[in-house]
Amino acid sequence: MKPGPNELQRYDDRERLYHWVTALLLLAAACSGMALFHPSLFFLTIFTGGGAWTRILHPFIGVATALVFLFLYLRVHNENKMAEHDKAWSQKMGELLRGNKEAMPPVGKYNPGQKRLFWVISISLAVLLITGFLMWRPYFAASFPIDLVRVALVLHAIAAVVMVLSIIVHVYAAIWVKGTLSAMTRGTVTKAWAKRNHALWHREMTQGK
Amino acid sequence: MAGTNPQNVVARSATTTPSSQVRSSPEVAKLIDESKCIGCKACQVACMNWNDLRDEVGHNVGVYDNPADLTPNSWTVMKFFEVEPTAGNLEWLIRKDGCMHCDDPGCLKACPAPGAIVKYDNGIVDFISENCIGCGYCVAGCPFDVPRISKKDNKAYKCTLCSDRVGVGLEPACVKTCPTGAIGFGTKEDMVIYGEKRALELQERGFKNAGLYNPQGVGGTHVMYVLKHADRPELEGLPKDPSISPLVSLWKGIAKPLAVAGMIGAVVAGFLHYMKVGPIEEKEDA
Repeated sequence: MKPGPNELQRYDDRERLYHWVTALLLLAAACSGMALFHPSLFFLTIFTGGGAWTRILHPFIGVATALVFLFLYLRVHNENKMAEHDKAWSQKMGELLRGNKEAMPPVGKYNPGQKRLFWVISISLAVLLITGFLMWRPYFAASFPIDLVRVALVLHAIAAVVMVLSIIVHVYAAIWVKGTLSAMTRGTVTKAWAKRNHALWHREMTQGK
Repeated sequence: MAGTNPQNVVARSATTTPSSQVRSSPEVAKLIDESKCIGCKACQVACMNWNDLRDEVGHNVGVYDNPADLTPNSWTVMKFFEVEPTAGNLEWLIRKDGCMHCDDPGCLKACPAPGAIVKYDNGIVDFISENCIGCGYCVAGCPFDVPRISKKDNKAYKCTLCSDRVGVGLEPACVKTCPTGAIGFGTKEDMVIYGEKRALELQERGFKNAGLYNPQGVGGTHVMYVLKHADRPELEGLPKDPSISPLVSLWKGIAKPLAVAGMIGAVVAGFLHYMKVGPIEEKEDA
């Protein structure tokens, strides 16, 4: 979709596709995984065909999630490296949370909060993938020493909780900062939104590099 | 028990409310007296006979152990150990391996499937196979390396302590068949007294370190051994001070409620933040 005169292209078709496929797979992985984590969430197995089917499907869903996210990762990881001007923004993060948007220094395409979240999600997913293989029955778990499997079980649970918390923050941020959602749905944002939230990126996009 | 209405379930996997437990019966235990065991494997045969299990014919691995280890079809296995507890003093120790029926069962703690593992008030820990999902968490939870996952149906299997026999007032099949009386069965209380008495006898006869193996790290067990070298159970493949791995305790203990509270807390925090601070509006001034 071509951006209108008052809009900027933020994500192309592929990036949006990768994002939403990752999101759906992650939702399925989180539901099926959390079902096996706490008894109060076992009811979630109904979405994946009961207990045994949940055990069978969860690892495959997880691998698919990691695979699709990898495509997204390759497209956006360079833009998520911390920059010099991010320091000032990070120091004022408390102001932002108190609603004092005007106090925030300008940032590029991603602010340091978004960048940190990106890396937390990337690392969590890597941990989930590796530890997932170590505990995957009936295919892999039996070939690893039991103590390693136990470490994997704990790390898998910790990484999963970190991941869910990160996604909650991610979703809330999209609701909190108005005008954000269209970036991922239609691929475009208004110039006003860009100038207000990502001034350096706005300048780059409107005045050339 | 099996096939009847189980109203004596004192612990049930992945269940947060009490299970039906109005009935009560005394705690039972099996006592395996190693000093009386002749390694005939009649208990193995009785186990497969009563439970209708037939393992594959395996291979001789150079020792008497056959099969070499517990399998989904062999819930008890005689294990033979050639050891020198003191230098130059060879001893042939024989131990009947199988589920220990822990008072604090690690398998049950780890199991995510409601009702796939239960503990009855008589102390027997049973796998309710129709609820088993095949995840293998019980394998990680067990301090004795007992549960085995079947390749045929992806269900976990282990000794039931013949819960179906005990439930109707019979002793386990292995106890019934043992030709030397090396396997005893009765109330836990009686078996502890008997085992300690037997250990004293052995001490008088020269086995200075004879003793009862009823490890307290798992709350005691409902399968106990009289060992000739109770100070060194590792001589015959038993952990010295078994307990549920701290990793498993963390994972299926404090981490569980903490994580759920954290996730709910994050969503609530989001709502409160939106109510108090409000959104960052998009300004039309570009």
